[in-house]
Amino acid sequence: MSPSVPLQEMIRAIRSARTQCEERGVIQRECAAIRAQFRQADNGGRSHNLAKLLYVHMLGYPAHFGQMECVRMIASPRYSEKRVGYLGAMMLLDEKQDASLLITNSIKNDLSHSNQYVQSLALCTLACMGSAEMCRDLAPEIDRLLRASNSYIKKKAALCAVHIVRKVHDLGELFAPAARSLLAEKNHGVLHGAVVLIIELCERNPETLERFRKVLPDLVQIMKGLVLSGYSPEHDVAGISDPFLQVRILRLLRILGHNNEGASDAMNDLLAQVATNTDSTKTVGNAVLYETVLTVLDIKSESGLRVLAVNILGRFLLNNDRNIRYIAMTSLQKIVGTDHNAVQRHRGTIVDCLKDQDASVKRRALELSLALVSASNVRSMMKELLLFLSSCPAELKAHAASGIFNAAERYAPSQRWHIDTILHVLTTAGGDVRDETVPNLIQLITNASELHCYTVHKLYRALLTDISQVSVSNQSEIRFVTEDDVLDALETVLQSHMSGPLTACLSLHHFTTASRIRSIVSIYGSCIDVELQQRAVEYNALFKKYDHMRYATAR
Amino acid sequence: MQFMLLFSRQGKLRLQKWYVPLSDKEKKKITRELVQTVLARKPKMCSFLEWRDLKVVYKRYASLYFCCAIEDQDNELITLEIIHRYVELLDKYFGSVCELDIIFNFEKAYFILDEFLLGGEAQETSKKNVLKAIEQADLLQETKEQKVKLSILH
Repeated sequence: MSPSVPLQEMIRAIRSARTQCEERGVIQRECAAIRAQFRQADNGGRSHNLAKLLYVHMLGYPAHFGQMECVRMIASPRYSEKRVGYLGAMMLLDEKQDASLLITNSIKNDLSHSNQYVQSLALCTLACMGSAEMCRDLAPEIDRLLRASNSYIKKKAALCAVHIVRKVHDLGELFAPAARSLLAEKNHGVLHGAVVLIIELCERNPETLERFRKVLPDLVQIMKGLVLSGYSPEHDVAGISDPFLQVRILRLLRILGHNNEGASDAMNDLLAQVATNTDSTKTVGNAVLYETVLTVLDIKSESGLRVLAVNILGRFLLNNDRNIRYIAMTSLQKIVGTDHNAVQRHRGTIVDCLKDQDASVKRRALELSLALVSASNVRSMMKELLLFLSSCPAELKAHAASGIFNAAERYAPSQRWHIDTILHVLTTAGGDVRDETVPNLIQLITNASELHCYTVHKLYRALLTDISQVSVSNQSEIRFVTEDDVLDALETVLQSHMSGPLTACLSLHHFTTASRIRSIVSIYGSCIDVELQQRAVEYNALFKKYDHMRYATAR
Repeated sequence: MQFMLLFSRQGKLRLQKWYVPLSDKEKKKITRELVQTVLARKPKMCSFLEWRDLKVVYKRYASLYFCCAIEDQDNELITLEIIHRYVELLDKYFGSVCELDIIFNFEKAYFILDEFLLGGEAQETSKKNVLKAIEQADLLQETKEQKVKLSILH
C-alpha cells in the first residue's frame, strides 16, 4: 500500500502524466490508497484524502466509494473535516442518492451549532442539494434562523428558504411573515435574500402576492435610497450602489405591478427616476436599466414611461457592445406586438443588425425584421431581407426563407412582385426551402394565370444560370420558350444532380409532350437517391391516375 | 442559476457547481456538449447563447471560461456582473489569480464560491464581507487543525 501524498503533490503527479493511460495509472494507484485510508481509523489526514478524491472526481473518474466518507466527515467535530465533508456531499451526493438522507441529521445539528461558520456549511449544503424530504424536515429550523440570528446567518437562511419553497411549494406560507420583517433590515445581504424570497413566494401564490403589495412603499424607499445615495464604498460597482440588490428589487416591483393599476402608479415616479439617473456607460448600469425597462414594459405603466423604456432599448441598439444590442432585440421582440409603432421607429437600426458578425445577433435581427414588415414598408424591407438571405448562415436560411414567403404573401403589392420575390428566394436558397411551402407556391403560380409565361421565362433563365435546386412548374402556355427547351434544361438539371439530393417538383398541366416528361421521370424511379425515387414514383402514379383529367384542369 | 462551469481553452473542467439535481451521467453529457459549443465560438461574439432550453452566459478571463446557465427570466447583464464579482474575489484571495491557483487549490475556489452564491443566488453583495468571511473560516480551519496535530503527538 503506497503512502498517501498531500493533495497538491497528487495533482502535480496527475498533471505530469504524458498520456491518458499514464494518468489512469496514477489515479488508480491514488484511489487505491485513498480507499485504504478510508477504511483506517482516524489519522488526522482524512480531509486531505477526501479532497484528493474530489479532485479525481472532477477529472471525470468514478468516486462513489467516497460517499460514505462524506457522511462520516460531516459528522466530525473538526471544522476542517466538516468543510471538506460538506463540499464532498455537494459534489458526490444528490437528492436522488439514498446516502443524502443520512446527512439530514448532521445538517439539523449543525444548523444550531454555536459556531456560525459551521451553521453556514449546513445552510449552504441544504440550499444546494436538499431533497423535498430534507426540506420538509428542516423548514421549521430555517424559519427560526430567519427570525433570530445574526445577519450572516439570516441572509443564508433566506436563500435556504428559497430553495425549500422551490422544492415544497406549500411551505411558502411558513416563511411569508419572516420574509416581510426582513425588509426592515439594513444589511444588504439580508435585504437581497429577503427580496429573492419574497419574489419566490409571490410567484407561487397569488394571495401572498396580494399581501406583499402592501410592502411596496418600503421597497420604493429602499430603492430610492440606493439610487439617490452618495458613494458607498462597500457596495459600489462603477458608480452604481449595489446593482445586484437594485436589479432584484426591480424584478419584485415588476411582479407586484403586473396587471395592477394601483401598484403600477405607486412605482411610476421611481422607475422614471431610475431610468433617467442610471449611468449607462458601463455594463453594470445597463444591467439596471435593462431590468427597469423589463419592469416598465410588464406593468401598467403610463405611456410617457413606456416611450422612455422603448427609447432606452433604441439606445441599446446603437451601443458598441454586442451583448447590449442582443438583449435590446430580445426585449423589442417581446413588445413588437403590443407596441408595434414604437418599435417601428427603430426599424433602421434593427435592419442594420442583420449585418452583424454574430449569428445570435443575426437571428434576433431576423425575427424582429420579419415582425416589422408591413404594407407600407414591404418593398424596402424585402430588399434587405433578400440581401440577408443571400449571405446568411446556413442554420438561418430555412427560417429566413419561410419568413420571407409569409411576409410576401401577406403584404405583396402586386402578383408580379410576389412571384419575383418567390423566384428570388428559390434561386438564392432553394435547397433550404421547407418542403411544405412548395405546394403553396405552385398554387400561387398556377393562380396567377396571366403571368404564366412570365414565370416560366424567369424559371427557364434561372435554370440556365443556376442549376441548383429550383422548383419548376411548367405551364401549358409558352410563347417565348418551347416546351422542349424547358425539358432540355430540366433534363440537364436532373442529370447533373444524379447523385446529389435534388428536391425538384414537377407540376405539370396538360402538356402535350407529357410522354417525354414521363420517360424522364421514369428513369428516376430507380434512382439511388431515395427522395428522387419517391418523387418519380409519385409523379408516375399521378400521371396514370389523372391522365384523363389533364385537359380538364384548365386555368 | 442552474449551474456554473469553469473550463480551460482545452476543455478541461476546473470547477463545476450544480444547483439542480441531475445524475452524474447527465452532468457529464451537458458539460461535454456545452463546453464544445462555447469553445467553438469566435472571440468577438455575444456572451449570451441559447442552448437547449437554457440561457447561457459566459465570459473568458485569460485561459479560463466562466460559464453560467440561467433561468429564462434572469437578467443576462447582471449575470455577467456576478461572474466578474467571482473573478474579483478569486483575484483578491489568491493575489492576482491564474488558472494554476484554481487547479491546485480547487477546494478553496469552491469555498469562495459558496460564500458568494447560495442555492444559485447571490448571498452577499459586498466584496469585503465575502472575503472577511472566508478569512475567518480559514482561520478556524487552521486553529482546529493545529489542535489536531497537537493531540497526535500525545
